[in-house]
Amino acid sequence: MLNFVTEIFSSYPWLIVLVKVLGVFAVIMPMVAYSVMAERRISALIQDRIGPNRVGIPFTRVKLLGLGQPLADGLKSFLKEDFTPAYVKRIFFWLAPAVAMIPSFVVFAVIPFGSFLGAQKMVIADLNVGILFTFGIVSLGVYGIVLAGYASNSKYPFLGGIRSSAQMISYEIAMGMAVVPVFMLAADSAWQSNLTGTWKGYLDGVGLLNLSSVIAYQSDSFFSWMIFKQPIAFCIFLVAIFAETNRLPFDMPESETELVAGYNTEYSSMRFALFFMGEYAAMIAGSALMVVLFCGGWTLPLGATLDPNGYFSTPADGIIQGVLHMVVFIMKIAVFLVLMIWIRWMLPRFRYDQLMNIGWKRFLPVSLANIILTAIVLWATA
Amino acid sequence: MKVERAKLTWFERLYIPSILNGFKVTLRHFFSWKRSKVYGDKQSSYSAKLTMQYPEEKWPVPDGYRGAPYLVKDEDANTKCVSCQLCEFVCPPKAIRITPPGQSGEADREGAEKMPKEFDINMLRCIYCGFCQEVCPEEAIYLLKDYAITGENREELIFNKEKLLSLGGEDKRAYAHHTQDGVTEGIKKWEKKTQEAKDQPAFH
Ligand code: SF4
Ligand code: SF4
Repeated sequence: MLNFVTEIFSSYPWLIVLVKVLGVFAVIMPMVAYSVMAERRISALIQDRIGPNRVGIPFTRVKLLGLGQPLADGLKSFLKEDFTPAYVKRIFFWLAPAVAMIPSFVVFAVIPFGSFLGAQKMVIADLNVGILFTFGIVSLGVYGIVLAGYASNSKYPFLGGIRSSAQMISYEIAMGMAVVPVFMLAADSAWQSNLTGTWKGYLDGVGLLNLSSVIAYQSDSFFSWMIFKQPIAFCIFLVAIFAETNRLPFDMPESETELVAGYNTEYSSMRFALFFMGEYAAMIAGSALMVVLFCGGWTLPLGATLDPNGYFSTPADGIIQGVLHMVVFIMKIAVFLVLMIWIRWMLPRFRYDQLMNIGWKRFLPVSLANIILTAIVLWATA
Repeated sequence: MKVERAKLTWFERLYIPSILNGFKVTLRHFFSWKRSKVYGDKQSSYSAKLTMQYPEEKWPVPDGYRGAPYLVKDEDANTKCVSCQLCEFVCPPKAIRITPPGQSGEADREGAEKMPKEFDINMLRCIYCGFCQEVCPEEAIYLLKDYAITGENREELIFNKEKLLSLGGEDKRAYAHHTQDGVTEGIKKWEKKTQEAKDQPAFH
């Protein structure tokens, strides 16, 4: 039986990829659902409310602290009328939710969410241009929003779309510049040749821009995490991710208080839910990127006393170790998700000229300075 | 109008102090489980935070609250309504519908002249204005404290005579002052209104 399975997988390698894709999807979807739930509960507690605490197991009186809420929400959006207003640009109107959602899921393709499971490296597409691919895909999400704003043929979505494009040009450059120093440190072939054991297999045939090599770079101690080595880059990237995922304080395309619901005002039912899922998937993708780039990915460098064999800081040998690495990764993502949710209920919205101000006049020069600074330090220590 | 903006120091313009303050304030609220002062001395019976967990916890309804109009009975559990139909006429949204008894009178006891054959109030139409209570000569209809009128269909929300009478119950409020030493003196309608008339200043 087992032979048969391995035979099938070795003769059809794309099957493995398919299994990985389905696996990632099966993890992301509940995470999306429960980050909505977390958002509602955390916002409620911050505002001295209680939040949804009723829905539990369907058809019983078990409440489970309201953990059944996502199920009810999902069911509700399926059952709502899918309304297409008159005078919308139909094809674009139908296309926009998909264009908004798909990129946030595609980003997960290059994110190494674990070390090994069996002989399989836990990343769907081990691209050597990983980070460039990510930036390319992530910025596509904006087109969905702009398209929705344009197709809706209505003023509030239109304003939302305009703001979204204005927003994009103000943070993307700073965001790209912020990660350059990270790769200046990580993409150095000298330390890679020093790696031993399972790391060799993990980084086998991997280019220097690959996201796994950033993880490898950060694996030896907490202080080699980029968040400590590149704090300025981290701050800029964090802010840019907030802008990227349209979260407060930069949720200009949506800004419920002024634009009704912004770009998705005219959407209802499942199409609205697609936007919604896209937004939360983008949050998860953004958190995953921050974890990989700045917080050591799936590794947990507990130090020589707690973890002498590097159980959590070297690629896995066995299945259990591999699963634990994935759990660590998800935990780290959860921390960032909570941070993003928390900030939403804390800061007021920026005006979009203020965001452009910050993006162009503060973050861009600072990130350029950071690159030069890193270069000087590298040159001086070389 | 010119808005005076405070001059910020460079440290403040970094946004960092306000962000830190934001963390402080939100954390304080997140972990605060003080009961809200709005519940007054009943605080302990309500859950923490501001949310009232509705079906389990309810507001104390204040006296004089205009809830749903129900028919009340007198202290001998007899129907007070005499089917005069004044409330039906006065009701602004025409929520009340009375079928008068006709010649028979429909009275169910000695001494009663007349009582309604059917008495329906459509709770979907009622606007809780209280006109029916005000106009009723028999003090037979009262807006009680019930505000949670729910039903699964429209028919269910048209309350008939039996339902209105059972929901209204015996009206303690209407005849409380008639009772002395637990002995009821029977119905003394108009007493309140007579008293009110007497209390008016004389004009001649
Ligand atoms: S309260 Fe007003 S609306 Fe309601 S039944 Fe009485 S008169 Fe009609
Ligand atoms: S409730 Fe009062 S006003 Fe209405 S019909 Fe009966 S006696 Fe007349």
